[in-house]
Amino acid sequence: MDKYSIIIVGGGPAGLAAAYGAWKSEKFRESDKILIIERDKELGGILNQCIHNGFGLHYFKEELTGPEYAERFVRMLEDSPIEIMTDTMVLEITRESEGIKVCTIGKNVGYTNLYADTIVLSMGCRERTRGAIGISGTRPAGVFTAGTAQRYVNIEGYMPGRRVVVLGSGDIGLIMARRMTLEGAKVLACVELMPFSSGLTRNIVQCLHDYDIPLYLSHTITEIRGEKRVEQVVMSRVDENRRPIAGSEVVFDCDTLLLSVGLIPENELSKTANIELDMRTGGPVVSESMETSSSGIFACGNVLHVHDLVDFVSQEGERAGISAISYVHEISQGREKSDIFKLINGANVSYTVPQRMDMARISNNTTVFFRVNRVFAQSRISVTSGGVEIVSYKRTHMLPAEMERILLPKKILERANGDITISCTEETR
Amino acid sequence: MTKLICIVCPKGCHLQVDVGDTIVVTGHACNRGVEYGKNELKNPVRVITSTVRIENAIYRRIPVKTASPIPKPLIRKAMLLLDKISLAAPVEVGQIVVEDICGTGIPFVASRSMERVEKAEG
Amino acid sequence: MEFDLAIVGCGVVGAACAYELSKYNLKIVVLERENDVAASGATKSNSAVIHAGFDPPTDTLMAKLNVAGSQIAQNLLVELDVAHKKCGALVLAFTEEDEITLRNLYDRGTKNGTQGLKILDRLQTLSLEPNLNPALRAALHAPTSMIVSPWEYTLALAEVAVQNGATILLEHEVLDIKQKGGVFEINTPKTKITANYILNAGGLFADKIHNMVASPSYEITPDKGEYFLLDRNKGETLKHTIFQCPNQHGKGVLVSPTVHGNIIVGPSSNDPPKGLFDVSHTAAALERVAKTAKLSVPDLDFYSNIRNFAGNRAKTNRGDFIIEAAADVPKFVDCGGIVSPGLSAAPAIAIMAAELLQEAGLRLEHRAKFNGSRKAILFKELSDAEKNAAISQDKSYAHIICRCETITEGDILWALRSPVPPRSLDAVKRRVSAGFGRCQGGFCSPRVLEILTDYYGCSPTDILQDLAGTELLFHETKTGQEGDNMDRCSIIQKEE
Repeated sequence: MDKYSIIIVGGGPAGLAAAYGAWKSEKFRESDKILIIERDKELGGILNQCIHNGFGLHYFKEELTGPEYAERFVRMLEDSPIEIMTDTMVLEITRESEGIKVCTIGKNVGYTNLYADTIVLSMGCRERTRGAIGISGTRPAGVFTAGTAQRYVNIEGYMPGRRVVVLGSGDIGLIMARRMTLEGAKVLACVELMPFSSGLTRNIVQCLHDYDIPLYLSHTITEIRGEKRVEQVVMSRVDENRRPIAGSEVVFDCDTLLLSVGLIPENELSKTANIELDMRTGGPVVSESMETSSSGIFACGNVLHVHDLVDFVSQEGERAGISAISYVHEISQGREKSDIFKLINGANVSYTVPQRMDMARISNNTTVFFRVNRVFAQSRISVTSGGVEIVSYKRTHMLPAEMERILLPKKILERANGDITISCTEETR
Repeated sequence: MTKLICIVCPKGCHLQVDVGDTIVVTGHACNRGVEYGKNELKNPVRVITSTVRIENAIYRRIPVKTASPIPKPLIRKAMLLLDKISLAAPVEVGQIVVEDICGTGIPFVASRSMERVEKAEG
Repeated sequence: MEFDLAIVGCGVVGAACAYELSKYNLKIVVLERENDVAASGATKSNSAVIHAGFDPPTDTLMAKLNVAGSQIAQNLLVELDVAHKKCGALVLAFTEEDEITLRNLYDRGTKNGTQGLKILDRLQTLSLEPNLNPALRAALHAPTSMIVSPWEYTLALAEVAVQNGATILLEHEVLDIKQKGGVFEINTPKTKITANYILNAGGLFADKIHNMVASPSYEITPDKGEYFLLDRNKGETLKHTIFQCPNQHGKGVLVSPTVHGNIIVGPSSNDPPKGLFDVSHTAAALERVAKTAKLSVPDLDFYSNIRNFAGNRAKTNRGDFIIEAAADVPKFVDCGGIVSPGLSAAPAIAIMAAELLQEAGLRLEHRAKFNGSRKAILFKELSDAEKNAAISQDKSYAHIICRCETITEGDILWALRSPVPPRSLDAVKRRVSAGFGRCQGGFCSPRVLEILTDYYGCSPTDILQDLAGTELLFHETKTGQEGDNMDRCSIIQKEE
């Protein structure tokens, strides 16, 4: 039986970077076999339909479109021995005595089980739908998630709407507001439940302001009307508890409602592998080497937590790839035991990734991603362990919409004597 | 004084631009912000991305972008240039699709490669 | 076109009648106003339960046909290979008064002929269903209660009818009916049809169809029911269909697993729609449903809701099913006012309707070769060996289209080659559940669309979301058409 060193599930940016990271790692041996399984016709994942620019400033130090970013990574793997299966989907991941079993289906492989020493989960995320947010009214055609509309416009070349309202100010929604406008649709409004936008500020400028599309903060869509196709949507202002205020209704005549109301890490497969999930991120709990609660199974990218920027997905992917290939060679020599410290969400922090530190395996610099739960001006990020602050950082502003990132040097982390808490406070000057 | 949000990178710096004898930009985290601030008042520019038709490829559209930012007032005319174009695969990333957008000398280029594919079996 | 019998409507009752009567040497046509069977009305949106029969008042048609229908369904569903499960039902009692109601239901059910009824005490009930509200006092257990896919049931009945010579004409709304020389002339937007007999299974429109030829004898007032459908990962919360004690508003809110593994919660009641076509759902009604349901199952997770929907019950002023020949037009048989338990009673309604037609003079001679079975092939339900065999014969079975429900291209092509093929995205969903899952078609819609356009050789703009008028895509990009550019110009010009 052929056994892979690493099977990477998902050939989007996270999976591609994981493959690259593993291959380029000093631990990689020629005998190591790496496989990427991708369910679509080609590698690149959602990047292929994100034709706008703005990708790659951190990773490639230049501004690229989504397809260009994907193509760069695919080219970087061109001379590698990495195997790729497209049009193939993983149905189940389970642990057997022979290794980790990956139940796979695809036109070229049929219905078959593959085995691996390690797995990298990089399945990405899916969009929240109308049902998840429970908008009242009729159920006509013309309600699309922004990503589905993006596929119709950019890949298939068809317009799913003429007069459009966008609910949610997530980046995909903002990008689609501009995209639909450029293709001749009229975008009437972008409606956001929260008092702040959930997309990047620059997208508010270049996608809404540039095209005079009004943004309504603290508003939501309370009703969809129309029997066959959307005919109207009703917008209401919301109070501080996000409840619609009666009497504040405004009706838009439109044929389309695009939803950009959040992304959910796609962890159906992780559940088959009995991996511990974090309620707050919706993704697996991982250590700083991106290892999940199931030894030898790693996770990276949007399956782990929803990122704002693909560049950080790639970084995380590389880290997962390097960790996976290290693991392959570590287990053959017997794996050393290690202290595991938890990362705890302190004041105003809604989640951290990683959630754990595997102290014997920390690298020279550990990146910790986290999100704050409110808007901050001058502020201080404090990292404590055992009630003692081990390091702090300053920020001029922080937003829930923008993922924060701190770099913890090994020397500093070694000052921790137990669980580590990250918290944020406002600084008054 | 004009307040702007820099769109050069995802950071989104809050810029202040003061126009006197010279234009003074503050609030930037890097020099590209200064350039953006000045430009945005004098001659705002944007990269435009869209698609054009393609034959014999994996999909029926191929993405394109302006090779560098073009003046905002030209966006509409630039978009209209794309309507009647049809490429045939194979296309290489960076391949020129429209040579000169409205006299700017800036081309539209393909923003990905697409191989030629024969119609799938069945 | 001339037929012995025209059946009006292809919901579950129309399909069951077509199935039943296709056993005989008859030329049958089924006229459906929509572009698919089971595509609208109460058949599309209901609780998907085949009731055990303890609820309807004894000596009503509802009671008699519910018990008979659900008994027939036990074998019929197997023969038709329709997804179903005999999961049993529990009616919960929370007060002393409720316990008296349970006792009455038990007696009534026993009289109605419901098998296996039993009253369980609190502990027995909680050991069967640990997630129920521990404040309950007792429950009535009805082991014969089933869950079913109402769309697949209807479709399967229709398919077998077609397989035995019946004609189904979709998008054939009945506009008017005239009697000429002893036959009915039925006008539809597309063709004129003549038939010797009419069976009216017009659902919400049954009174209007009736009044086209006969003097009015009943009137339908639609009554809306609104539902939640919770994600499949919540399916393990319950094993039984859970009812509360019925009150003046009907059977109340149920919480039940579905055959697709979801949890269904609903329906609302006393929720008058704005018209026959109004199936909108409202925050107020759904809030009431959620609140009531939580009395049965306190930990129900409404955050896992993937879809809300609503359907209209064809309530009449006569209180019972109306299955009779029209008093002044004996060759016109009504199946009207089919509210719950209509899905349960459907096959028995069909038999009764056939008898009425026979009494009115229709000759029922058994068809020499009636093929009453149907086989549904769904890749994900096959064994590993069968999966491999399916793929080796047809590679499209190895191509997953709907990731949430694991539906393959082969499954969709199978549906397209079936006797009543789907033409819209939702029609595919009703047949093979592609798009039914937690992403609600976000991922698979473009892919299903591609399969449909390839199969029918049409443009993506020709494919609808669901019924007529539910346009999905408007036009191609990059057409260079003036019309498209006009809007575009007006928006961007502002900057110049």
